[in-house]
Amino acid sequence: MPRRRDRARTSARAYRSELVQRSGLRAAGTYWDRLPGPVRTFAPALALLALAATYPFYLANLPGNFPVINEFPSVRSAVTIIVFTTMAVGLNVVVGYCGLLDLGYVAFYAIGAYTAGWLASGQFQQVKLHFGSVGITHDARGIHISIWLVLMCAAALTAMGGILIGLPTLRLRGDYLAIVTLGFGEIIPQFVRNADSLHGFDLTHGTFGISPIDAPGFGETLHRRVGLPASYQQEFNADRLFFWTALALLLLTIFCCIRLRDSRLGRAWIAIREDETAAGAMGIPLMRTKTWAYAIGAFFGGAAGAYVASFNQGAFPSQFNFNISVFLLCMVILGGMGSIWGVVIAGVILSWLNVEGLANIGTWLNNNVFPSGHNIEVAKYQFGIYGVVIVLMMMFRPQGLIPERRRKRELEEGSHGPLDEPVYELRGGDEPGAGERGEPKGPVPRG
Amino acid sequence: MSEPATPVTGNLLVADDVRKEFGGLIAVNDLEFTIPERSLVSLIGPNGAGKTTFFNMLTGLYRATSGTITFDGQDVTDRPPHAITKLGVGRTFQNIRLFPQMTALENVLVGMHSRLKGGILGSILGLPRVRREEREATEKARELLQFAGLRRVDEELAESLAYGDQRRLEVARALATEPKLLLLDEPTAGMNPQETVTFMDFVDKLREQRQLAILLIEHDMKVVMGISERVTVLDYGEKIAEGTPKEIQTDERVIEAYLGKAATT
Repeated sequence: MPRRRDRARTSARAYRSELVQRSGLRAAGTYWDRLPGPVRTFAPALALLALAATYPFYLANLPGNFPVINEFPSVRSAVTIIVFTTMAVGLNVVVGYCGLLDLGYVAFYAIGAYTAGWLASGQFQQVKLHFGSVGITHDARGIHISIWLVLMCAAALTAMGGILIGLPTLRLRGDYLAIVTLGFGEIIPQFVRNADSLHGFDLTHGTFGISPIDAPGFGETLHRRVGLPASYQQEFNADRLFFWTALALLLLTIFCCIRLRDSRLGRAWIAIREDETAAGAMGIPLMRTKTWAYAIGAFFGGAAGAYVASFNQGAFPSQFNFNISVFLLCMVILGGMGSIWGVVIAGVILSWLNVEGLANIGTWLNNNVFPSGHNIEVAKYQFGIYGVVIVLMMMFRPQGLIPERRRKRELEEGSHGPLDEPVYELRGGDEPGAGERGEPKGPVPRG
Repeated sequence: MSEPATPVTGNLLVADDVRKEFGGLIAVNDLEFTIPERSLVSLIGPNGAGKTTFFNMLTGLYRATSGTITFDGQDVTDRPPHAITKLGVGRTFQNIRLFPQMTALENVLVGMHSRLKGGILGSILGLPRVRREEREATEKARELLQFAGLRRVDEELAESLAYGDQRRLEVARALATEPKLLLLDEPTAGMNPQETVTFMDFVDKLREQRQLAILLIEHDMKVVMGISERVTVLDYGEKIAEGTPKEIQTDERVIEAYLGKAATT
């Protein structure tokens, strides 16, 4: 069986190389191969980044009535898309790396957003504390701290929240953990909804939420000296500034996650995901390592939450639904658990669908496909559609859009080396116990 | 609290009246067991004798119902597995428990976890100290793979290795924890006679070169007879015999436990 597959693969490879040769691609290919390693590694990412960063500039030139998707997302929508993608990348640390099913990630979003509310709004009228804040009058009451600091505070506070939630819950495994995190995801929004009178003290302003929350900015001094925007809200192109800052936040998150993945801690997370008992026996402190995963996931969730609160100029309890947790989890699953780039792509696609995409596709369908008079509001079927997408993914591509490196290698067969070398022999059935462990896929090297 | 000092006998591990009950079942019944330093001792017994249960208590996976376990002068009875590993107990599992979707090299690197220091900030910032540590650890992991007789598999996923290689990788991973005591739980299970012989040679070499104490659990008596200094036989959670391989081979109770009462009469 594998023999025949080998041959098929070899001929497919020959066919492909012939195709490449005939087209001009070969020249380009050799040129590409001659580039130094780092360029080959980073060039695609940089090109993509440049494409993303200049999006506000060429958006206006993109066709307005594109088929199916109708139009490209506005810069304002793009900010939301990026922020949700950032949260998905954070959740990926918990779910994708460490294998902890977290159904309450929205709690971190809420903690982050409310931290921004507490530290950068007029919520606490009893005090007057200004620190590097921009865009407010000098006599404004309440705590007004520079949003840049608030982002850090929110991230740190949310990470601490993650540790507090994690300590009692992370002893649980699998489904039990999922249920408890689900509970916490519900408790926190309920708490903020009802914490408008804690012994008479108004902490969250109840269902009205905290608003307005200050905008980010660099202040008058930096504005005059270096030309940085003083306050985003007062700028003509506020959305663009928010867009670029969100992009920077996402990049920072991705960078940290990649570095962590390849570190001692990241290995420990993946080991726990693979086999918790064995990981413990190999000297990994399970509780501490899992709590770190939780705290770091929370850290990015909190920062993103605070940022989105500043962007929306408010934090409202109605934003923190269970839906959000599931939605973020969908991004991780769709993208490929543990795969950062997969999660980024799935995050962008799903949050785009959520913000604009479904409505646009619905409009297009109603105009072009469905008979007139039978309008269907596609956006209403949002979660049904996501559900179907997830089911289809699980059936046909369980490893996600872009599988994590190791999962991909598992599915690729040619990873064992050149096929024409007779070093590899087919695995024999001579070893007892082989059956119960499942036959390995493809040829296996023999020492 | 930790025991004051290692007993004079030079025992690396002392299990004192260790008992484990699962509900009404007594899996290990007040077992006395010692492992002298740099020795190779074996624990054998028929299926269900309590060998693995005892093993799991030594490594902190189970908590003993009563009794104390002292390792290297410290009471480890109620310590979690990772703490015991850090003190110097490495182990393998009866049914291989590698990290299937990590490469052979990564598996070994995970074993080094408790010996490395790289923290979160250091890793994110890519501090030279952390980078150097990672480089050295990788180098060492490659050496360990070589030592375990695993060639050209560093970048293979653990799950795609041949069965015998997976066993070897488990040992390499356990060695990466820098143990003073290595616990091997039925390491030759599922191997053919030829592989078994090669593997036991490897274990012998291991002890000589690494100066470890090794505790071997086996179900098959023949395997341990050649290389053990002392053999302890368990049956129904109780120690029924202890002594040199020769003594054990002729012990009536052992023969009875393995072959049934009729065999002795």
